[in-house]
This record gives sequence, structure tokens and C-alpha cells, in this order.
Amino acid sequence: MMQFFHKMASPRYFYGLAGRLIPWLGAACLLFMLAGLYYGLIEAPPDYQQGDSYRIMFIHVPAAWMSMFVYVVMAGAGLIGLVWHIKLAEMIAISSATIGASFTFLALVTGSLWGKPMWGTWWVWDARLTSELILLFLYLGVIALYNAIDDKRTAARSTAILALVGVVNIPIIHFSVEWWNTLHQGSTVTKLGAPSIDISMLIPLLLMAVAFKLYYALVVLMRARCEVLERERNTQWVRELAEQK
Amino acid sequence: MSLNEFLHMGGYAFYVWTSYGIALIILLANILLPARQRRKLLTDIARSARRARRNP
Repeated sequence: MMQFFHKMASPRYFYGLAGRLIPWLGAACLLFMLAGLYYGLIEAPPDYQQGDSYRIMFIHVPAAWMSMFVYVVMAGAGLIGLVWHIKLAEMIAISSATIGASFTFLALVTGSLWGKPMWGTWWVWDARLTSELILLFLYLGVIALYNAIDDKRTAARSTAILALVGVVNIPIIHFSVEWWNTLHQGSTVTKLGAPSIDISMLIPLLLMAVAFKLYYALVVLMRARCEVLERERNTQWVRELAEQK
Repeated sequence: MSLNEFLHMGGYAFYVWTSYGIALIILLANILLPARQRRKLLTDIARSARRARRNP
């Protein structure tokens, strides 16, 4: 069993495995996304209060979910790298940062574009919006810190600690709509009991959520492969691989 | 539903299509950048490996 994990975590084995997985993940992601767009933009009816503006939800909500999910993965991978000194975990952690920042930025921008017609303002300093903005700054801090330290092992350890400290923000984001009076609406899917969202809108939302998960898996593997090449550039197998191309 | 109606988005065309447009740009950029970086790294590593062999 331990031998299996060791083999999985060797950068060389990972590089090949990820290369084989990437086309399949890409195809699956595209399939779910096209289905989600079809049901979300064409099949689902307009909302009785918000008209067609609610269709922003099919991007906004999956992006916001992923912004938190990716952060937890990044911090978890960072922790594994810290404790067991597994290089691959460090690579997954730093590869997640850019994608997580992208999802957070997307959630904030689409939220703003949805807030303007529905709330009458692009931005308010309420708990949900502010804590999500802090999440963006945490991601940017992780990226900046990693790039500021030349030795990649030290950089990985430092960013892992920063990422772990920032985990405290995740429950704050999630529960912000319950703990404080905010303009942001409460959850209609991930609450106890049946979701209060209509099935014709829930289906495209879930399709897009799966598409975004697959997208993250795809991009994190692509980025981690670059990290492998960068860090192992002086090994025999990377040189041979590069010269074959 | 006509194409015009679809593009009009019940009067929210600007907000809806800007959101989807930005999403498309961000998602594509995150695929294209690492793909380009990997190609660049491989040529880079190959070049320095050749150089190392010529002047050991």
C-alpha cells in the first residue's frame, strides 16, 4: 500500500499519468458545460422575480463554491507537504492558487454584475462580499509569497502555513449570510431539507458545478505538470523527455 | 423563442452576456497559459541539455 502511494507520488509517474488523464477530463468538462449552458440559457424559464438576470447564477454560484473548495484543497495539500514532505502535494498546492484566485475573481465580478440590476449597486461592504474579497487577497498573498522565495521547498513550506492560517476565512464566508444581516441571499441548495430552488434551475446549476469541478481537475494537472518540469529540470528523465520533443 | 429574444435576455443582456463573456475569457486563459508554459519549458530544458553536452 505504501509502495503504491510512493509510486503515485513520484513526479515522473505523476507526469505521465496526468498527461493521459488531461484529454479525458477536458472532454468530460466540455460535455457537462455545454449541457449546463443549454439547460441554463435555453431550457430553464425566466425567474418570476428576477427575470432573465438570474441566469448569471449558473456561473456565479459554481465559481463561488469552487473558490472555497479549491482553497481547502490547496491548504490540505499544503499540510500534507508540510508534514510528510511529499513534493507532489506541494506542487498541487501551488498549482491550485492561480485557479482558485480565478474562481474567486469570477465569483466577485459576476456577483457585481448581478447585484447592479437586482440590488441597485455594484458593491456593498457586507459580510459575504467582504469575506469573499479577503479570500481573493489570501490567494494573491499565497501566489506572491511563493514567487518571492527562490528556493522552492522553502517557498512551498511558507505558503502552506499562510494557506493554513487563511482556512479560518472559509467558514466565515459560508456562514456569513446566517451570522450577519446581509444583502446577499441565503443558500437555496446546500441547506438542511429539500433545496428551495426549482428543479428546472437546479439541474443546470448542478451540471455547471460538475463542469467547474472537472475544469479545476484539468487545469490543476496541467499546472502541476509544469511544476514537475520546472523542479525536476536537472534530472535525466526530464532532459530526455525534453529532447524527444 | 427567437434568437433576438434570446440575445435580449429580457432586458438584462448587458449583465448576463458580460458575465458569460468574462467567464469564457478566464476559463480559456487558465487552459492556454499552462499549455504554453509547458511547451516553453520543454524547449528551454532541451536547449540547456544540448548546451551541457557540447561543453561538459
